[in-house]
Amino acid sequence: MEHYTMNLTLKVWKQKNHKAQGHFETYQVKDISSEMSFLEMFDVLNEQLIAEGKEPIAFDHDCREGICGACSMHINGRAHGPWHHTTTCQLHMREYKNGDTIVVEPWRANAFPVIKDLVVDRQSFDRIIQAGGYISVNTGNAVDANALPIDKHSADESFASAACIGCGACVAACPNASAMLFVSAKVSHLALLPQGEPERQTRALNMVQQMDKEGFGGCTNIGACEAECPKGISLENIARLNREYIGAVMAGGSQNAV
Amino acid sequence: MSWKNYFNTSIGKKLQMALTGIFLILFLIVHCYINAQIFMDDRGEAFMAAAHFMGTNVIIRTIEIGLFAFLILHILQGLALWIKNRSRRTSRYHVQAGSATSPWYRRSMGLLGTLILLFLIIHISKFWAPNRAAQTFGEGELDLYVMMRDEFQNLWVVILYVFGCVALAWHLIHGFYSAFQTLGLTTNKYKSIIKGIGIAFSIIVPLIFALMPIAFYLEWIS
Repeated sequence: MEHYTMNLTLKVWKQKNHKAQGHFETYQVKDISSEMSFLEMFDVLNEQLIAEGKEPIAFDHDCREGICGACSMHINGRAHGPWHHTTTCQLHMREYKNGDTIVVEPWRANAFPVIKDLVVDRQSFDRIIQAGGYISVNTGNAVDANALPIDKHSADESFASAACIGCGACVAACPNASAMLFVSAKVSHLALLPQGEPERQTRALNMVQQMDKEGFGGCTNIGACEAECPKGISLENIARLNREYIGAVMAGGSQNAV
Repeated sequence: MSWKNYFNTSIGKKLQMALTGIFLILFLIVHCYINAQIFMDDRGEAFMAAAHFMGTNVIIRTIEIGLFAFLILHILQGLALWIKNRSRRTSRYHVQAGSATSPWYRRSMGLLGTLILLFLIIHISKFWAPNRAAQTFGEGELDLYVMMRDEFQNLWVVILYVFGCVALAWHLIHGFYSAFQTLGLTTNKYKSIIKGIGIAFSIIVPLIFALMPIAFYLEWIS
């Protein structure tokens, strides 16, 4: 595709902090290259704002290669923009044409309070992981990789679930602001492996309890999360989490759960 | 955690919706089968025999109590979830994804359910309630066949019933699959089968129901 430049109108959400009232601010950017990433376009805007003596827009970013899950913009109604299986840093400006207006909002969910502008607090995800998204192993030398046989199918499925980068797009996209896709991926990648077996029941129960405590909505199997997930985490993970939960209840996980 | 707590987590509430939903799906099969007897075109003989059995058999009447209990639980829990889930995003998006990420009916279960509820109130007050009242306090069972025939002479009633069936169909298209997803049964292997059966069920059953008032109105049956 041929390179071109464009002028854009941006409507960006500005919010001082969690308690403050937010509002949209309109900016104009000129000569944006079609080869830029969406975040690079924001860098250009911020440099422009700094040069003008104005406050730059706060936004999250880290690796800029689509694997960290830090970038979190809701662009024209879509988590990470309109591209499939893509984070904001990998969304490129060739998606847009000269004269377009782009509305950029933060992830909106009560469990993700706004820290500033487009930056939201996703520590609720960390607390869910802390509630059970781990395995307990004795320290010492690393166990030989082949000491524990795992069938290829389970290994692949587990790997697909472990691809979750905890970006929160599932919550942002869900009309219920539910975190079920994230939690189900984190439960799944351990539930599919023998290493996850000892804490299997308490993991499902405790992580679901923590998820509810954080104030996420309930899952109604809408599927917007799956459509927006940059890592292609599927709804089958949610079915597995439901199975894990039912299994833990049936097995009398009440003795173990906190 | 106690049993009460298990059913009170977000997954527990989903399970309440799924289990009551599957029970209501089973009810629809029985209800549809019995009412479809009118298509025998025998002046309601087969239908009345089946209706008499359903209305007087002790086991069926006991299950009927359970049916209402599950129906009320499904409605109350559904409405509670609808309100609660909406409250999880107090600051709403200015640009919505809409149909770009999910079909409308999956996002509209609360609305479709409410429409079905309104339809049910009218439907129950037209047939079930007067019949049970007559059985308990009056002269005995009413002739439901004659009641149907008379009710469905009115075009507005026919339109209302067809509308109720359309709402039911959309509600089922998501609800059927959703119930099995909640029970964790939609694995790679069974997902497409469950979805297929769900869609077929959601079209066939409401269609048969919708044909009943239409058949009476257009005098396909006497």
